[in-house]
Amino acid sequence: MNGTLKRASVACLLMFGLLMININYLQAVKADELRTDARNQRTFYARYQNERGMITAGGQTLAKSVDVGGTFRFQRKYTKGEVYAPVIGFFAPESAQGIEGAENKYLDGTHPDLFVRRTVDLITSKPTRGAAVDLTLVPQAQEVAYRALEKSGKRGAVVAIEPKTGAILTLVSVPSYDPNTMAAPDKSKAARVYDKLVADPNKPLINRAIQDTYAPGSTFKVITSAAYLSEDESRDVNTTVDAPDVLPLPGTTIGLRNYHGESCGGRATLLDALTISCNTAFGTMALEMGYDKLNEQAAKFGIGTQLAIPLSVTKSDIGPDVDKPALAQTAIGQRSNQMTPLQMAMVAAGVANQGKVMKPYLVNKIVSPDGDEIDSARQEELSEAVSPDVADKLRQMMVSVVQNGTGKAAQLPGITVAGKTGTAETAKGQASHAWFIAFAPAEDPKVAVAVFVESGSAGNDATGGAVAAPIAHDVMQAVLDK
Amino acid sequence: MSAVDVAAVPMTAKRRGAQLVMLAFAVAIVMVAYASVGLGLNGQVPAGMLGYGLGLGALMLAAYLVLAKFAPWADPLLLPLVTLVNGLGLVMIYRIEQSAPKLASASNQLFWTALGIVMFSLTLIVLRDHRALQRMTYTAGFVGIGLLILPLLPFLGKEINGARIWVGVGGFSIQPAEFAKLALVVFFAGYLVAKRDILALAGRRLLFIDLPRARDLGPVLITWVFSVGVLVLEKDLGTSLLLFGAFVAMLYIATQRTSWVLIGLALFLSGAFVAGQLFSHVKARFDVWLDPSDPVLYERFPGGSAQLMQGLFGMGSGGILGTGLGQGHPNLIPLSFSDFIFAATGEELGLTGLMAVLMVYALIVERGLRTAIAARDPFSKLLAGGVSFILAWQVFIIVGGVTNLIPLTGLVTPFMSQGGSALLANWILIALLVRMSDAARRPPPQAIQDEGLTQVFQR
Repeated sequence: MNGTLKRASVACLLMFGLLMININYLQAVKADELRTDARNQRTFYARYQNERGMITAGGQTLAKSVDVGGTFRFQRKYTKGEVYAPVIGFFAPESAQGIEGAENKYLDGTHPDLFVRRTVDLITSKPTRGAAVDLTLVPQAQEVAYRALEKSGKRGAVVAIEPKTGAILTLVSVPSYDPNTMAAPDKSKAARVYDKLVADPNKPLINRAIQDTYAPGSTFKVITSAAYLSEDESRDVNTTVDAPDVLPLPGTTIGLRNYHGESCGGRATLLDALTISCNTAFGTMALEMGYDKLNEQAAKFGIGTQLAIPLSVTKSDIGPDVDKPALAQTAIGQRSNQMTPLQMAMVAAGVANQGKVMKPYLVNKIVSPDGDEIDSARQEELSEAVSPDVADKLRQMMVSVVQNGTGKAAQLPGITVAGKTGTAETAKGQASHAWFIAFAPAEDPKVAVAVFVESGSAGNDATGGAVAAPIAHDVMQAVLDK
Repeated sequence: MSAVDVAAVPMTAKRRGAQLVMLAFAVAIVMVAYASVGLGLNGQVPAGMLGYGLGLGALMLAAYLVLAKFAPWADPLLLPLVTLVNGLGLVMIYRIEQSAPKLASASNQLFWTALGIVMFSLTLIVLRDHRALQRMTYTAGFVGIGLLILPLLPFLGKEINGARIWVGVGGFSIQPAEFAKLALVVFFAGYLVAKRDILALAGRRLLFIDLPRARDLGPVLITWVFSVGVLVLEKDLGTSLLLFGAFVAMLYIATQRTSWVLIGLALFLSGAFVAGQLFSHVKARFDVWLDPSDPVLYERFPGGSAQLMQGLFGMGSGGILGTGLGQGHPNLIPLSFSDFIFAATGEELGLTGLMAVLMVYALIVERGLRTAIAARDPFSKLLAGGVSFILAWQVFIIVGGVTNLIPLTGLVTPFMSQGGSALLANWILIALLVRMSDAARRPPPQAIQDEGLTQVFQR
């Protein structure tokens, strides 16, 4: 029987061999897939096992992990949750959004930059801790902007940028939500809250500053002006253009009119055209330049560029080249022209920074649990939108808007402010979007801002000058007072 | 029977010292593992560790002393290896008890381990010559079949988790199939030794296989019918597969005829196919096996893949080195203390730990098969071979099941899963192996030089 016994031994060896190969496959090859499977509760537990890094701005702690012990040891707490929710997002049982999602690897300590520290922790058997993320936001300005929009029940967004660096000082979207409601380690509760927020007609989960685009209205005239001035360096603020009461649109029976049918007196200087926001003058300029020139200028301000700040920003777009009537409407920020508030803040910042548009960013630095700086923001030039000369001319025109024109509400005592209002029609018979973009002080800009108030949330007759400019005023004041 | 103590030819070493050292080493590993559970859970060495450790140590020392007295020539590796897996099982159950106290009970398991060692010792003391079992071939057969039928009896049998494989006696639940396994292997060995010549030689050659005569197909058919009966009436896929596989293997070992394996395989496959068509719970196991991560199967209840996937998730999360004892989440794995203890171990000890555990099992089987090859009579050969094979086969069925190598069928992981019946039965199984290895390694009678016809037996 020894022969068959030996063969039976080989069969046993084969069985153990198969088992060993299979567990090697499972635990070495397939391990990652199994570990990260959404149905694996361990990933859910692991989210609460280590102390997650803080999120701070301007010396204030905006998000931190609190040790509550037990299975779900560290739980996330947000201070002033609603004010910062569109930026910071939330750390929910099954997902993370905003900075919590974008900088997750630093916050939970798994980033390759933290490898050495993690290894040291492992050897000294200290628990892994995440790194802190410090934001560029200015808390005072952020709160002022949030309160200004929220108090009156408006929907909209406020973005403030430091023109010379691209650092984002304010990023507000209203209505917002309380991220603390989704921070508890309770999947079904978080899902309930989330579903309710998704179903809310006011779309509180949408960050209006960067995730959605809107018709920019007259604020876009800054770009049209930039293109017109750049096309021929000999043009200046006193160059006159045709500004009829009604600009006939080729191929249609209707014409382009001014706001409320006002008159710009037949011909106007560029300075006056922007100051009183004369639609027909800018329609004329666009028809003279053509679509490509306008689109090229828009691209130089960053329109159409995919941005991550590190939150992903929806691309802005001036719309397709359809025909001349469309072009005239595009020039005054209507038709298919759609911008994010961040993009319009970049336009203001570009003009403020002598034509150079800096890449906007939210993260100031990453700080290790022991307080060492691991990484810090690098300032990067995105593009040169206009020459310093053209930028200077645009600045003069925008100063005039605030001093003599539609943007008087944004005047600051003792400081020159440059700005541009916008009132964008959304649909026939519906209330308009109200816009205001500005920077201050005009001579040495410290802050550029874009305020956007969504259609219908501030009365039927809302204009950029009446609704948006006062908010810009408060925000610029808060940044400059800092 | 003589006082003469002369070794004329080299004799098998007893290696009792080495065995004691290995036994101490196994107990030490288990104690360190205990401490590690406590450190992992709350940073403290568990208070009961010394008690558990010394208890296990004392038990093993007693087993060793019995072995040294009653089976001095026995294989020195068997007891330490079994101690190691049994101890690791104890540690895992203790660890699972910490997070799921209602289901797992380490003190119960320790009690059954103690009882198992008592049975081990008793078997060695009472059964001085295993060939006595050959005289009880048919008794063993009836006992085995009776044990298998026991759970089906009204009032006595209990259905737990859909399988009717339990018998309630007083406050205890016993799984008679574990004991039936032993009795049937003894029966198979005795029966096949008696009939192997007929089964091996009669028949005709067709193509390249020797086919047996139709009337000799009787035993294999009866066993097959019994296995299918277990499958249908008790819904116990595991035991059914275990017994049929063991019988076919022993049939092959006894007759050296490949045709038996092929016939067995054909019978098994057709049985499995028909069962898959007729019974939804069998078909469900196949569906799950083919694609366990399918969301539809995952959500299905009963008969879904959630259990299996939770075990796989645990193993995946453990990865190569494991989370460390006390630092995983065995409470997420259903039945982590019994059928899925291998997966729970995989999470905390990782691939490294599982490879070691499988290696220990493989070594136990290897020692058993070596005993079979060294044994001097056909019955011993067949019994040792059958017992070793059934151990390997059981590990393959359950570990293969929880790792989705083969469709999952419920069986206990020998020596590791919580459960008294299995522990007792398996300790008796090891006692049989020890007894046979003692007989196999005992030096044969030797002629003393210049003594003519006189022979001295050394016992």
